Amino acid sequence: MIKILKYSFYDLMRSRWSYVYFLFYLLLGFVLLFLNNELSKAVITLMNVIIVLVPLIGTIFGVMYFYNSKEFTELLLAQPIKRSSIFFGQYLGVAGSLTMSLVLGLGIPFALYGLFESNAIWDFSLLLITGAFLTMIFTALAFNIALSNENKIKGFGYAVLVWLFLAVIYDGLFLMSLIVFEKYPLDNFSLIATMFNPIDLSRTLILLKLDISALLGYTGAIFKQFFGTNLGLMISIVMLTLWTVIPVWRLGYKSKRKDF
Amino acid sequence: MKRKHVLIYVILLLLGTNMWASTITVCSTCSIKTIKEAIAQAADFDTILIKKGTYNEFNIRIDKPLTLIGEDQPIIDGEEQGEIIQIAANNVTIDGLHIKNVGTSYTSDYAAIRVIRSEDFVIQNVKLERLFFGIYLERSKNGKVLNNTIIGDAKDEYNSGNGIQLWHSQHIMVANNSVQQVRDGIYLEFSDFITIENNYSANNLRYGLHFMFSNDDIYEGNTFESNGAGVAVMFSKRINMHGNTFKNNWGTASFGLLLKEINDAEISGNTFEENTVGISIEGSNRIVYKNNDFIRNGWAIKVRGACYTNTITRNNFLFNSFDLAYNSNLNDNVFEENYWSDYTGYDLDRNGIGDIPYRPVKLFSYIVNRTPETIILLRSLFMDIIDFSEKVSPVFTPDNLVDAKPLMKRIK
Repeated sequence: MIKILKYSFYDLMRSRWSYVYFLFYLLLGFVLLFLNNELSKAVITLMNVIIVLVPLIGTIFGVMYFYNSKEFTELLLAQPIKRSSIFFGQYLGVAGSLTMSLVLGLGIPFALYGLFESNAIWDFSLLLITGAFLTMIFTALAFNIALSNENKIKGFGYAVLVWLFLAVIYDGLFLMSLIVFEKYPLDNFSLIATMFNPIDLSRTLILLKLDISALLGYTGAIFKQFFGTNLGLMISIVMLTLWTVIPVWRLGYKSKRKDF
Repeated sequence: MKRKHVLIYVILLLLGTNMWASTITVCSTCSIKTIKEAIAQAADFDTILIKKGTYNEFNIRIDKPLTLIGEDQPIIDGEEQGEIIQIAANNVTIDGLHIKNVGTSYTSDYAAIRVIRSEDFVIQNVKLERLFFGIYLERSKNGKVLNNTIIGDAKDEYNSGNGIQLWHSQHIMVANNSVQQVRDGIYLEFSDFITIENNYSANNLRYGLHFMFSNDDIYEGNTFESNGAGVAVMFSKRINMHGNTFKNNWGTASFGLLLKEINDAEISGNTFEENTVGISIEGSNRIVYKNNDFIRNGWAIKVRGACYTNTITRNNFLFNSFDLAYNSNLNDNVFEENYWSDYTGYDLDRNGIGDIPYRPVKLFSYIVNRTPETIILLRSLFMDIIDFSEKVSPVFTPDNLVDAKPLMKRIK
């Protein structure tokens, strides 16, 4: 598995897209800091980008990689290697290289602008951690979709749909249910609804750490009470981990039974 | 000729009083060692000079026109026994004292300096520390409170007092004071024709400045910073608020300025910077908002209902999360010629006024007003999308709530 991981990883490291992705974040980081010159403000703007773009790129890249390396995968399958190692190796290679591009691309400009002396460091690390989680989650989802669909177009379609659902439609449904049931106490409902969407969960986690959380008022206070405690933070990390582990487990499960 | 006579008469009078009024010195080595003793011995219009030192006294009652001057900030330590100085006569001046340790009580409002039914008093250059109430004016008139520094150590609202409190007082000037860490920085109740100028009120538990049932007052050039809730102006008429700065009142229930049941006021040239809510308005009519700057607030203006015939013109709205929250579909207020940093229109005829109207209420802001819980979707992509679609074709937000003449450039 490590060998395949290594191979996938180096393959991706050599590919142009990783560099484009890395350079994009590098540029974004520098431009944001150049315009804002204030780390904590830049973190807010960055959050908007991360919670939308990171999942999108993770999804598209995962599907693309899976379909592109299909022939190589089939070649590997002919060798006496465990199936799960092949797929896990490839998955970790993709997710790892994407995460690295993200962390380095954003980390370098922020470090140069004096991140380590500022108190934004915790917010920033939380941002990177959730960014890494989102990459892992959406790459895993993409691999699952690609594995279940032989048809490339269909696979791409489903992948984009999943992203669209979690990034946009879910919030729409969430909003509708909040408005429809506005007569009822909605605090626990909104807490749970947030938990079930990794994008919302990441957004809330970061928002609550920033100054802007004062805008959330009463609802924010309840969220803060929950996420502010160690237990809340633990639960959200566990939720994000679950979101990663379940698709990865399904990937292993499906790949074992699939007839190539 | 008549005028000359008057002049001579005045000069003589001044000389006369000067000749009669004597100075009594208080110090630890003088014959008079306590302030109380000095007051007892003094005649009307005398001056009491208090030399440097610490005087452990409380309940000092000034019942005749006197001038108390502290040399090199002598300390009067009340040892938390109760009230320290009480002024119950006209024409009293207190200058340059350092008063500390006022007693805390749950039944009476002990103050460092209390003025009772007096006129023409001056309290200046006084420094107050560890206090309950600071300067308390009660049914007094024509006085001045200048250049005082009040630094409290209030922690809870229920056992702390206000920095400067005016109760049933008229024609008072409160200027250049600095009030920090008390309950309300400056508090006015039933006080009319008051001028509050160039004060600095910060880090107070509740409000930086608080008006209740007070009419015809002016406050200008003050700075209110990092107070528990901000500045509250309630149940008052004809208040003039000019050139003040409201800054960093940031918290879930904070605001820069709260207007409740305020009529016929003018709010101009103020700066509202980084407050959760810049101005929160409730039941306020005929108010003119002009030339104010709203910078980086959560909500620049939050209108909570029953607000009619207000005019909001020539203000700068810069980078607020929400420019305006509005809770009804009826709009009787005028928004005109403001600069909105969120405005994305164009100006083809180059007259400095945007060609398409600006709608200050975003759909999200409208939804949040209806169902506060939805604020949890702040900064979600979905919200940006529906905000955009609402901007393109408004359906939910009030039809006539527009700035028909949005400015293209920020007003300097």
